[in-house]
Amino acid sequence: MNVERAENAIELKEVEGLSQGKIVTRRFVRHKAAMASIVLLIGIIGLAFSSVGLDIGTEDVKIQTTGWWKYGYSATSDVENGGDPTLDILPEFIDGTGVQIGNHPFGQDEIGRDGFARVMRGAQQSIMVMFVIGGVATMIGVVVGAVAGFYRKWVDAILMRLTDLIITIPVVVVGAVIGRSVGNLGSFLLAVFLGLFAWTGLARLVRGEFLSLREREFVDAARVAGASNGRIIFKHILPNAIGVVIVNTTLLMSAAILLETGLSFIGFGVRLPDVSLGYLINENQTAFSTRPWLFWYPGMFIVLIALCVNFIGDGLRDAFDPRQKRIITKKEKRNGETIELAK
Amino acid sequence: MGRPLNSQNSSQPVLEVNGLQVDFWVDGTWYPAAIDMNYSVMPGKALAIVGESGSGKSSSSMALLGLLPSNSRVSGSVKLNGKEILGLNERELRKVRGKEVAYIFQEPMTALNPVYSIGFQISETLRTHYDMSPKDAKIRAIELLEMVEMPNPPASFDKYPHQLSGGQRQRAMIAQSIACDPILLVADEPTTALDVTVQAEILDLMRNLRSRLNSAILLITHDMGVVADLADDILVMKNGKTVEQGSVSQVFNAPREKYTQELLAAVPKLGAAKARAVPTSVGVAAPILKLENVSIEYPKRGRIPAFRAVEGMSLEIYPGEILGLVGESGSGKTTVGRAAVGLLPIASGLLEIAGRDLSHPKDRDLKAIRHHTGIVFQDPASSLNPRLPIGQSIGEPMLLAKVAKGRDLDHRVEELLDSVELPRSYRNRYPHELSGGQRQRVGIARALALRPDLLIADEPTSALDVSVQARFLDLLQDLQEQLKFACLFISHDLAVVDILAHRIAVMQNGRLVEVGDRDQILKNPQDPYTKRLISAVPIPDPELQRIRREARLAGK
Repeated sequence: MNVERAENAIELKEVEGLSQGKIVTRRFVRHKAAMASIVLLIGIIGLAFSSVGLDIGTEDVKIQTTGWWKYGYSATSDVENGGDPTLDILPEFIDGTGVQIGNHPFGQDEIGRDGFARVMRGAQQSIMVMFVIGGVATMIGVVVGAVAGFYRKWVDAILMRLTDLIITIPVVVVGAVIGRSVGNLGSFLLAVFLGLFAWTGLARLVRGEFLSLREREFVDAARVAGASNGRIIFKHILPNAIGVVIVNTTLLMSAAILLETGLSFIGFGVRLPDVSLGYLINENQTAFSTRPWLFWYPGMFIVLIALCVNFIGDGLRDAFDPRQKRIITKKEKRNGETIELAK
Repeated sequence: MGRPLNSQNSSQPVLEVNGLQVDFWVDGTWYPAAIDMNYSVMPGKALAIVGESGSGKSSSSMALLGLLPSNSRVSGSVKLNGKEILGLNERELRKVRGKEVAYIFQEPMTALNPVYSIGFQISETLRTHYDMSPKDAKIRAIELLEMVEMPNPPASFDKYPHQLSGGQRQRAMIAQSIACDPILLVADEPTTALDVTVQAEILDLMRNLRSRLNSAILLITHDMGVVADLADDILVMKNGKTVEQGSVSQVFNAPREKYTQELLAAVPKLGAAKARAVPTSVGVAAPILKLENVSIEYPKRGRIPAFRAVEGMSLEIYPGEILGLVGESGSGKTTVGRAAVGLLPIASGLLEIAGRDLSHPKDRDLKAIRHHTGIVFQDPASSLNPRLPIGQSIGEPMLLAKVAKGRDLDHRVEELLDSVELPRSYRNRYPHELSGGQRQRVGIARALALRPDLLIADEPTSALDVSVQARFLDLLQDLQEQLKFACLFISHDLAVVDILAHRIAVMQNGRLVEVGDRDQILKNPQDPYTKRLISAVPIPDPELQRIRREARLAGK
């Protein structure tokens, strides 16, 4: 037995490895663009939700908080200085005035609403829509893909033809119709309905993953152990497909934010008195030559949020892909120390 | 032939390796894969590099031609015909690759490009290195296919890799490798993916080619039988270091180093296992598994017609015996094993497991036999859920059968880990944190969790190194003697079956060819196929192997 122990101790040393979660986390943390994006995205979310406060729900149920910013997103005040933005990030020795935020950092529109408050509210809406579409689409996509890939045969045929059918309908048209009929019920419901049409890509990927995983021997092993189909799908196969799900959900979310923006821009998304970033751009596109700041700031936030989410998705994909190899620089090669193996 | 053979000075070695060191870069540190290797190969001779997985035998030979990935570092000296080739730039290396040194890879299906015909791939090699017209290249390619004894070379020229059998593919790859009359042939596990009878043919072919082309062969393998059959010299590696070096007869007959002795002792030898009495239950007690005229089909899928994998199979397994089921790949032995645990329905005939008729199984029947059967799968890397700690994998059958839960379950899992000689602390580890042999033990622990009456072992050792395999077989034998379960041991390796089995059944093309006591099958086979199978198994003894080979060739 002692010899056995000693042998095990040697094998232990040889095979001691990191758990898969740790490996993925380490690779993700190494991805600089993704890490910077996470910090920036959390910053934007914090800023958007704390500055103008929360205001969600319908007429009956309302959750409202007040933020630290002095203006509300729909309140008007006197137009100061022609509505010019008061934000000044150039220091004194360049343009003569110091760094300052001022009363209306992002300016005011023609009736005196504060640009910063409206952009923050818009960012709130866009982020909320992003998470709701992502969540709904992931849930449907995973279940449809898992069931189709696991059962195959006629279940697969029906579910995949349904998926094909939904793919053939242009999302913008669907969005326009939904926006028209439920847009006045609030952006939350709009997002839920959009999510009902955004799951198709994920369903196909999850199905593909299931088709290959179900042939692996551990699935047979579970079946011999007496596991039911539900247990095999959710306990045995799905955790092995989690990489695909996480990565595609992130990428789906960045597409979702652009979808909402696009719909609001063509006038079918979020309605007055609420605002979203896309709506702001639409509203102010005619003012582009006279008050360009009303157009620039919401645009900048759209780009920032979409880029952040995309970078995070990229980082996750690289982290989950075991074949992805980091290129080693010559310097690293030179400086690496050599391990001596015991005989 | 029409082409001159390699004209070399036979006193000068083709390959001279001095102080070869290979390191791999992992997270800021260099881990050595091969340390200070020195060897040389003379023309017309074969040097075998043997060692277990991870010993650096493949890495060191890939390093010869700069085929390692960029996270590697190679130092030392490699001389080909007296010319230093280590550190050559890509362009100069390309001239050496394929022309002077050729590789034969382990898996011909992945090493040949599936979208080109084999003729095209051979011509391509020729035209890369020689100024040849497509027509001449084709003539030469057909010549080469003839040389590797490909059936009907002109027709084979236009065939794609998937249209050929495994052995034919390996022949095509060898034809491509020898296209430019290389002076050195590096064969990396050339027969590991092949059946024994095909392996014997490929080894004969390589031996013929060596004497005809006078090339040197560098053979990388873990199979001592192959070494005994083909090699002149041998180099044993362990953990990147050269353990022993010498001529084959010297190393096999009088190994100096302890590791070499252990390695040779761990190799199962056909006919060397001690005699074991067939349990008294055989033929007397009620069989635990009974197949009567069973056929198993893979149902038709789309336009692919149904495939009958097993036909008219009748077999009985009695309590307490180990029945070895042998056959080549595609003979249907795994299919039988899967049907015996209810993973595959049978198309016709009668299947009885533990006295229960499962010819037309209902879910209730299948559930009931889960208590009586367990299975150990071939590939331990694939048969354990990578996302479950092994403790959970082992405990799952008991949890689902509702025989234990909570504390009790933990306790039972610990007992099972003890019984397969794994530390209890391993229960929270994930499969990838264990070595192959340890994973396979987990597989056994799981299969035995419910104390089954019947254990199916589907090639459980084919993914393991010989020394690990030896320990695994000991463990399985001990457990069987303690728990007295019946076991269907499926294997392509007759030597392994020889160690374990009381009775042996031989399958070919989905049919049972012969079944009988171990000694009867191995010592006095009746069926010609069984005879052929037994004579094709290489024996890890160069002298004996030479005599058997000559007898086999004479009998052709």
